[in-house]
Amino acid sequence: MLLARVTGTLVSTQKHRKLEGAKLLIVQPLTLEETPRGGELLAVDGVGAGVGEKVLIVLEGRSASDAIGQKAAPVDAAIVGIVDTVDLPS
Amino acid sequence: MQLGKVVGTVVLNNRNETLHGVTLLLVQPISSSREAVGRVIVAADSVGAGVGEHVFFVRGKEASFPFYPTEVPADAGIVGIVDAWHVG
Repeated sequence: MLLARVTGTLVSTQKHRKLEGAKLLIVQPLTLEETPRGGELLAVDGVGAGVGEKVLIVLEGRSASDAIGQKAAPVDAAIVGIVDTVDLPS
Repeated sequence: MQLGKVVGTVVLNNRNETLHGVTLLLVQPISSSREAVGRVIVAADSVGAGVGEHVFFVRGKEASFPFYPTEVPADAGIVGIVDAWHVG
């Protein structure tokens, strides 16, 4: 799983039927220093996240599918939590 | 998933039989600011996308799910046509 920031929303009416009703968000994976890590991704939202929030994303098909209550949906990334704090004792 | 733009088509002559009837499209992954990101890929299409359209695609085994129960040997698949996106 990765920490990420929600940066945008996406609208798609013509999509695979197992994605109907799913909310799609644009997320930017982050390092622990909160700098961008790699490129943007699209993730289905399983928790009601919004733009600007720091979230936990999972990058694995089965888990992503579970996050939106589907079996075998063609998805590879999902938001599974909204991050309150990250504590990294040094 | 990633955003992309369909830039072309691929036609196979001698193909794996499970790829019969599967449309293959060339997709340029893009960022939300419409800049090209990385290399063009070939993706299996299950939503009827066309050249010039913005789409989103899935990578990995999940790309073959729309063709279930046929086990299509694909590692990228277009699963939606994008109407619009908003950043910020």
